[in-house]
Amino acid sequence: MSGAGHAHLRELNDAVLQVRDLEVTFGSGRAPRVQAVSGVSFDIARGETLGIVGESGCGKSTTGRAIMQMPPATAGSVLFEGDDLGAMSPSELRLARTRVQMIFQDPISSLNPRRRVRDSVAEPLDIWSRGTSAERRQVVDDILADVGIDPERAAVARPHEFSGGQCQRISIARALVLSPTLLICDEPVSALDVSVQAQVLNLLEDLKARYSLTMMFIAHDLAVVKNISDRVAVMYLGRLCEIAPSRELYEHPAHHYTRVLLDSIPVPDPEVIAVGHELVGDLPSPVDPPSGCRFHTRCPAADDQCRTEEPVMRAVGEDHYVACHHPLVTSVAIST
Amino acid sequence: MTAARRGLGFGFWLSISWLIVISLAAIFAPWLPLKDPGENYIVAGARPPYGPSSTHWLGTDQDARDVFARTIFGARTSLVIGFGAISFGIILGGTLGVLSGYFRGWTDRIASIVMLILLSFPGLILAILITALLDRGLATIAITLGILGVAPVGRLARASTLVFAERDFVTAARAIGSSNRRIIVRELLPNVVIPMAALSLLGMAIAIVAEGGLAFLGLSVDEGVTWGKLILLGAGTRDLERAPWISFGPISMLFLTVLALNYAGDRLRDYFDVKDITL
Amino acid sequence: MSQTQASLRGGPEPLVSVRGLRTLFATERGLVRAVDGVDLNIHKGRSLGIVGESGCGKTVLSRSIMGLLPSTAHREGSVRYEGHELVGKSVGSMRRFWGQEMSMVFQNPMVSLNPVMRIGEQIAEPLRIHLGMSRSDARDTALQLLEEVRIPEPKRRLRQYAHELSGGMRQRVVIAIALSCGPAILFADEPTTALDVTVQSQILDLIAERRQDRNMAVVLVTHDLGVVAGHTNEIAVMYAGKIVERAPTNELFANVKMPYTRSLLRSIPRLDDDPHTRLHAISGRPPDLIDPPSGCRFAPRCAYARERCHVEAPPLQPTENPDHVYACWYPVGSAEFFEREEELVATGVHVRGRQ
Repeated sequence: MSGAGHAHLRELNDAVLQVRDLEVTFGSGRAPRVQAVSGVSFDIARGETLGIVGESGCGKSTTGRAIMQMPPATAGSVLFEGDDLGAMSPSELRLARTRVQMIFQDPISSLNPRRRVRDSVAEPLDIWSRGTSAERRQVVDDILADVGIDPERAAVARPHEFSGGQCQRISIARALVLSPTLLICDEPVSALDVSVQAQVLNLLEDLKARYSLTMMFIAHDLAVVKNISDRVAVMYLGRLCEIAPSRELYEHPAHHYTRVLLDSIPVPDPEVIAVGHELVGDLPSPVDPPSGCRFHTRCPAADDQCRTEEPVMRAVGEDHYVACHHPLVTSVAIST
Repeated sequence: MTAARRGLGFGFWLSISWLIVISLAAIFAPWLPLKDPGENYIVAGARPPYGPSSTHWLGTDQDARDVFARTIFGARTSLVIGFGAISFGIILGGTLGVLSGYFRGWTDRIASIVMLILLSFPGLILAILITALLDRGLATIAITLGILGVAPVGRLARASTLVFAERDFVTAARAIGSSNRRIIVRELLPNVVIPMAALSLLGMAIAIVAEGGLAFLGLSVDEGVTWGKLILLGAGTRDLERAPWISFGPISMLFLTVLALNYAGDRLRDYFDVKDITL
Repeated sequence: MSQTQASLRGGPEPLVSVRGLRTLFATERGLVRAVDGVDLNIHKGRSLGIVGESGCGKTVLSRSIMGLLPSTAHREGSVRYEGHELVGKSVGSMRRFWGQEMSMVFQNPMVSLNPVMRIGEQIAEPLRIHLGMSRSDARDTALQLLEEVRIPEPKRRLRQYAHELSGGMRQRVVIAIALSCGPAILFADEPTTALDVTVQSQILDLIAERRQDRNMAVVLVTHDLGVVAGHTNEIAVMYAGKIVERAPTNELFANVKMPYTRSLLRSIPRLDDDPHTRLHAISGRPPDLIDPPSGCRFAPRCAYARERCHVEAPPLQPTENPDHVYACWYPVGSAEFFEREEELVATGVHVRGRQ
């Protein structure tokens, strides 16, 4: 099975991440097997931020975790700076993971409730015994200051003494302390208030520049993703639907699902009347996904071809690819 | 808003004080100005048991032995049995539970079956079986009662490990390269140990009472006195009517100690629960 | 205070009128003033949005109106519902209002549903308890309610458990339960925060439809001004236990007065902005409600605050539109505001942009 194809993969001389035909299946024995991610391929260039959007259950978080090999993918390959993470021995993987770090959605659950937060931030350095203890202390203090947390308070306080936004900052500090190359952000702001969300998004942008990070930003809110990403990939039910530079995706969405995602963002302006591209029905069960194009059960443009034949990624614009038989943007002649 | 943090309260510290006093008394019993627990203090012209008096604060038993001294000496054995039993239960059950909750898969399946068997095997029969077959030394009794504690402790340990192993901080720990051992020791244990500590206090109380039960079946330790054996001594119908003080001493000691253990365990659990639900 | 009350103009008799409401919590550290003098009217068939950051008292306000507070809370002031004074009523006498007159939809649908009870039973229970329906009538009504909240295959859902439904469907069930006894007012506390954006708009539309055909009042509590924009008639913005701006929705968005409201609005990432547009975050956190700052409570975080703001608390005052009130000495549009804005733009702190 080829999944959505590889037309959208780029010839990058400095790729940080190259994911090919990633497949993650859950459940074994008599439990129903759920293919959470099927045939997903994408790449991230150095210094780039790739956004991944989709509803819950679309496999976006599973993709992020499969890159970290937690748990590893059932099939497909994850090349990180050219090295196949899936083929590594446990000890090689432990070392490689220090260069790929992750932050999570729930800021409270991301921190050990019984440890002082400074210890949590210092933990990675202790594990790898990087530098002298004085150097380590300096690194931790600097990073805490960078994320806007008072190092002295962090030395004595436990997570419950901080707000959700502050806990998220602390998690970010812990992820950055090993100076990773790639930072995977799994819905880092969806549990936060809009005002705090803006603080954290701005902080991520600042840190990305300061620590020369490459980022993968997973979220369900396209407005948030568009703000922070250079390129955006849209996922639906374990498949990649569309990938494009973020402005292009917003201006010329090609997949009907992308259109719906865009329309469902509430606009903070009562004068704007909702266009009415609303999804009908619920997400189909991933245990028994629809045949052909997985979106056909809820797609206004679906026909017989969509029900039987699985669409493959094809170019519809400059660096803009869609897996749809009837895209909203007419195909552009680009040699692929 | 941070939840107001209440202290552990007066009752908790009272319970702890009692436990400290009784433990110290038990440890230093031979050096305390007590009557000799083995000596028969027969008073010429009167038949024991003698009621409480200024010489025998809690009276004497049928053989004119001092009940107060024997109760304190009995604490030695009873507390050792209680402590030994629950330590055995915690070490074995806790390890089993934490490992199966963390690793899941085959480890979990095997551990679950072991616990299931332990739980479904009638505890009393098991105790009778072991104590009947083996010599009834202190260690045998403690381990017997400890085995009965393995499954409940293991289940609790597994359940709380499962809860915390799901949390993102464990995933984060793995991402920064922590080994499994480090994750278990540094991240999980501090969280799992609190409910376990609360349970171990309750478990110790149960073990002390269970020793009393074994004593009634004549299956407690062969040598020395325990609270269970002391209570049994005065528990005959005629003795209860004629000389209730014989069992009153050990019963009140047992009651207060078990009450203190239970109360302290409960408070400890409530106290540490609060922290988790703030925010 | 008199000014505030004057601002709540006449018109039809409100369903709920809140006057000088204060809700205090006794804690170890001191008295938390979660709601500190709020005046509000809620009208039949209208929708009111209560907006603010977490910790500003919006959730406590909605629960104070309903009387759903923990025992450590103390209410002062007045909440009148159709002429009944609710402050001071015992829990026992409040029960007749809950469910039938006022009901609530909570943020997390998984927690508000009972995991071991079938959906059908959970909807039927209040019908049988409050309305005294027979078992079969209650089941029929439950089915109707599920249809009303547009759950696919409602018959089958009656026999299912909460964990068998998706997040969006669960929230629909919670709404069905809240609607079951025909409340006159529905409080929805962050009803869509735990849901996907795609489901979010469906749920908000659903609540709006049910409001219209039941002529029910809706109070929508949220931190996201984007959520309330298309779904409310009026918005009250709360900060540190007080209402700092209140206006009809269109008026508010067209003519923001309070810098806090403006900051909330500008912190939302917008689809029509370019990628990597810097967001206008509000620095810092809402104040501690045990010892709130003197003067304007937003002043410590406000880029436009001047000396007066730190010493003197601004009262709620009307704009040219008497339905639009705000509490600010130097509101958006004032000369002082523009002067400071020029400085901020000049120093590069702010980017000149849409209002």
